[in-house]
Amino acid sequence: MESRSILETIQMIDEENLDIRTITMGISLLDCIDSDGAKARQKIYDKITTSAQDLVKVAGEIQTEYGIPIINKRISVTPIALVAAASGDTDYVAYAQTMEAAAQAIGVDLIGGFSALVQKGYQSGDRKLIASIPQALAETSRVCSSVNIGSTRAGINLDAVGELGRIIKQTAAIDPVNCMGLVVFANAVEDNPFMAGAFHGVGEADRIINVGISGPGVVKRALEQVRGQRIDVVSEQIKKTAFKVTRMGQFVGTVASQRLGVPFGIVDLSLAPTPNEGDSVAEILEEIGLESVGAPGTTAALALLNDAVKKGGVMACEHVGGLSGAFIPVSEDAEMIRAVEAGRLGLEKLEAMTAVCSVGLDMIAIPGDTSAASISGMIADEAAIGMINNKTTAVRVIPAPGKTVGDQVEFGGLFGRAPVMPVNPSQPQAFIARGGHIPAPIHSFKN
Amino acid sequence: MMRVIVTVIGNDHVGIVAAVATELTKLNINIVDMSQTIMDQSFTMMLLAEWDDQQLSLADAKQALTALGQRNDLTIRVQRQSVFDAIQKI
Repeated sequence: MESRSILETIQMIDEENLDIRTITMGISLLDCIDSDGAKARQKIYDKITTSAQDLVKVAGEIQTEYGIPIINKRISVTPIALVAAASGDTDYVAYAQTMEAAAQAIGVDLIGGFSALVQKGYQSGDRKLIASIPQALAETSRVCSSVNIGSTRAGINLDAVGELGRIIKQTAAIDPVNCMGLVVFANAVEDNPFMAGAFHGVGEADRIINVGISGPGVVKRALEQVRGQRIDVVSEQIKKTAFKVTRMGQFVGTVASQRLGVPFGIVDLSLAPTPNEGDSVAEILEEIGLESVGAPGTTAALALLNDAVKKGGVMACEHVGGLSGAFIPVSEDAEMIRAVEAGRLGLEKLEAMTAVCSVGLDMIAIPGDTSAASISGMIADEAAIGMINNKTTAVRVIPAPGKTVGDQVEFGGLFGRAPVMPVNPSQPQAFIARGGHIPAPIHSFKN
Repeated sequence: MMRVIVTVIGNDHVGIVAAVATELTKLNINIVDMSQTIMDQSFTMMLLAEWDDQQLSLADAKQALTALGQRNDLTIRVQRQSVFDAIQKI
């Protein structure tokens, strides 16, 4: 019995908010495709509710037996645009309602996969799905939607970029809070356990268990022990801490996979903040030595953090996947919110930060009168960063109707609150209106 | 057999070890290993406990010990041992 290790582990969980952020079961719906939409939806409901009927129970058992908090139990499914395309349906809201009903029946928090992959072009189901997003998110509370509009290999679908700017505005017009269920990706990954962007890729197995960890508080506390020391020491300390945090993810995933009889996929090595005090990625950056997140040096500190987390985590688990990096969702990080409110962190700096971490402009409230073209411009910029740098990037912004800079949007719970941030007023209208496709980039002459 | 780590943390006072040991006896739980110290003015005890899980479920044992902790102003945790090994050992 090693008292010190036991106490350290307990401290990580109790005082530093270490938890398993999510156990996500990925479920393929490709065998639910049917030319009759009603039949397809029945098959979808049946497959989800039988595949994942024990997910919540098993997560509860693990939590009780091992004393590890497991915050969310989630489902990701094959992008519905692919599953529904064979049906004659012209509107896919009913599919979202089926996902909602299945999620409710098995008691999971969220279900992702109301998604389309249009980085190269639209198949027949994609346009219908995208058009259904505002209504689908309005009529459900657990369904999450994502659209991949670009990739390093395919370039950027500028038609989709333009359309999603309008879709985000329409979604916000019904209720701005619905926007937190919609992510626009470039280089979306197929095994991401985190919402709102999780979907079950077509290259994945029939069913799979993926685990997302958390733990910014643990890293922050570990860095307090090396104040004033060289940056090399900081990097080492983050690696060691990330190793332990990730081991817990590997352990929980292994146990869950055995008990559910579903293969274990990946651990997502992410530092996911919550609005709770001491559970903030921004606080880690400040512990590294920035007066406030947003100060010059922020991008460099974040790059080091992101890289060290991966280096420590990779050795700790069998398979790494998902988004794997530090998240910087503004509304979900108390210190990030403070920096925005103090005028120390703006959209431009956040955009720079997304070039070196996961995932993108995330959970950011912007003025309600921001044009659809401006939102599309933000999406295009993020997609370009992802496309050129071979990484996943995303946009999840909330144009809050009637609100302006200085106001805030409340999401509640883990999603926190977002101060409305100013957007550059000059318009990209003519650029977005061109439509078409930004060609895939060249992979040589990297400068 | 169920093997768990029981940790007891709280303000030091007379009779903590006795109270925990008595409860474990009542539950027919055997103590395999044990250590106790005062850390940062806190009473800190850790023990490796073992019992026949056909006779007593982990959830029931946990509930009984948590309740004991509440009565005595202590935090008592019950966790299966493997989680500590998984996190701390390569």
